[in-house]
Amino acid sequence: MKKTTTVIIGAGQAGLAMSRCLTRRSIDHVVLERGEVANSWRTERWDSLRLLTPNWQSRLPDYTYEGDDPDGYMNMAEVVRFLDRYAQVTAAPVQAKTRVLNVTPVDDGRSGYQVVTDQGTWRCRTLVIATGACNIASVPRIAGNLTGHVQSLTPMQYRNPGQLEEGGVLVVGASATGVQLAKEIHESGRPVTLAVGEHVRAPRTYRGRDIKWWMDAAGILDLSWREVDDIGRARNVPSLQLVGSAERATLDLNALGDLGVRLAGRLAGIHEGKAQFSGSLGNVCALADLKMNRLLESIDQWAAEAGFDDVPDVSPTPIRFDATRVPERPDLGLDLKDNIRTVLWATGYRPDYSWLNVPVLDRRGRLRHDAGVVDAPGMYVLGLPFLRRRKSSLIDGAGDDARDLSDHLAGYLSDWRMAA
Amino acid sequence: MTNVTPTVDNGVNVEALVGAREALTEMPAAAQFTWRATCNWVNGTHSQTSINGFFGLGEEQSRETTFTIDADHPEVFASEDKGATPVELVLTGLASCLTAGVASVAQYRGIQLRSVKAILEGEMDLQGILGIESDARNGFDAIRVTFEIDADASEEDLKALVAQSQKRSAVFDIITNPTNVFVEVK
Repeated sequence: MKKTTTVIIGAGQAGLAMSRCLTRRSIDHVVLERGEVANSWRTERWDSLRLLTPNWQSRLPDYTYEGDDPDGYMNMAEVVRFLDRYAQVTAAPVQAKTRVLNVTPVDDGRSGYQVVTDQGTWRCRTLVIATGACNIASVPRIAGNLTGHVQSLTPMQYRNPGQLEEGGVLVVGASATGVQLAKEIHESGRPVTLAVGEHVRAPRTYRGRDIKWWMDAAGILDLSWREVDDIGRARNVPSLQLVGSAERATLDLNALGDLGVRLAGRLAGIHEGKAQFSGSLGNVCALADLKMNRLLESIDQWAAEAGFDDVPDVSPTPIRFDATRVPERPDLGLDLKDNIRTVLWATGYRPDYSWLNVPVLDRRGRLRHDAGVVDAPGMYVLGLPFLRRRKSSLIDGAGDDARDLSDHLAGYLSDWRMAA
Repeated sequence: MTNVTPTVDNGVNVEALVGAREALTEMPAAAQFTWRATCNWVNGTHSQTSINGFFGLGEEQSRETTFTIDADHPEVFASEDKGATPVELVLTGLASCLTAGVASVAQYRGIQLRSVKAILEGEMDLQGILGIESDARNGFDAIRVTFEIDADASEEDLKALVAQSQKRSAVFDIITNPTNVFVEVK
């Protein structure tokens, strides 16, 4: 059995950032990776995907983007190169092609954990889970009511429109994944109906700058979990309706409607070959418009206070966008047999903890943790939505979270040494 | 967003609601409720529904008062008009649910209400019920709700109040989403 002080599971941005922080503290560790560095980015994303954050915002401990297109958005090959290089320059002790099969506590975790992999067993004092938030595509139970000829696909399986049969496509979900896939599939000549539940609308650029620039500059992305009323709710907020593209185009429901995508309410049921849509489309759009305007208002306020009303490339006056154009009588039902060949479930993702044999999951299978400090001695998690701050799930959030949690981890180790 | 100013009083006990939310998060079984209504036919299209007990918080609950609601149809339907029509009672349910939501959310957000009026319209093609036109459904084609609210808040805040009320409304959900209905004869 191999021994180390800390096992980090996962060599994505979160695992590598933690590795860098532990190296700085001379804490002996290994990063176990089921595939290669940046494995999910390499193998589980659709072809056209680019990061939702501009290049300059890819900042990790002791490492940042240095290319000549700071305002562009990395494609997946570029993300992989970016993280590969980070692993190299930080000399991260990554053990690739090593799948974790089972983690069990030793003396309830007080003596650490045993990590069984397909390349042998490790024993560690502390454990960092950096396996990401998007291991499994969440598909609602009603998907089971789909019959016969309709192909059912998750974004994990989807690569490009060419793999879909000709004919109509129902995209379920209108967050970043749903709006991006709706656009490219519709443009491939397969007419798309988009089922829209609660979503977060945002313009790509605002008053001349990227929305992410404003959110970063105004401190919105740094908002701490301590400052949020209901952290459970904040952690469930879906991704912003954004796409990274050379045109820096906004991809909201109005843009999709102009392309000819049909908007329907949340998918409420599938019954006798018919999709049933909720009559709440008007309200979810009103909620999203109101929420976007509150975001823009807080940006305007910050811009005025910070003196940005007088900067050459920033438009001096606040801008408000058209309300979402909801069809006068949105469809409540759709005959799948005649209209739809493929249903694409852009209904979110969830982590996979099937390998974790430590009693730290709640009744819904979520990790019990306090801002990344898991409810088991010396165990930590990184990379979940709003783990410690709004940007926690972004590449740009991995660094601050890893710094905070490596502080905690180092404190845990020194307490343990004092006691021993 | 907890912004409960002590001077705001819409008659809603927000602390109790927040407390209930926390308690039911810990004990999901107690959150399982069953609502009941018992309807007796009177004569013609006139019926009377009585409402008292319900199940919730893990046990049977009863009230001191049994509420009764008469339903009938107007004279243009050759009925005796002894009560509101069932479809108007559906509008009543939606109106009361949204209005209660507006008051609760306003209290939580520190908005003092002076008056709230909801005006509801349900559009219906009677050719459905009468079996004249098979494409026309029996129920409403659309329901329109207009709120008139007098309160110390901006127009945006009032819109957000009404939107949040819909998001959390049971009857709005019941009306906008399909529900399995099981009817049997004993």
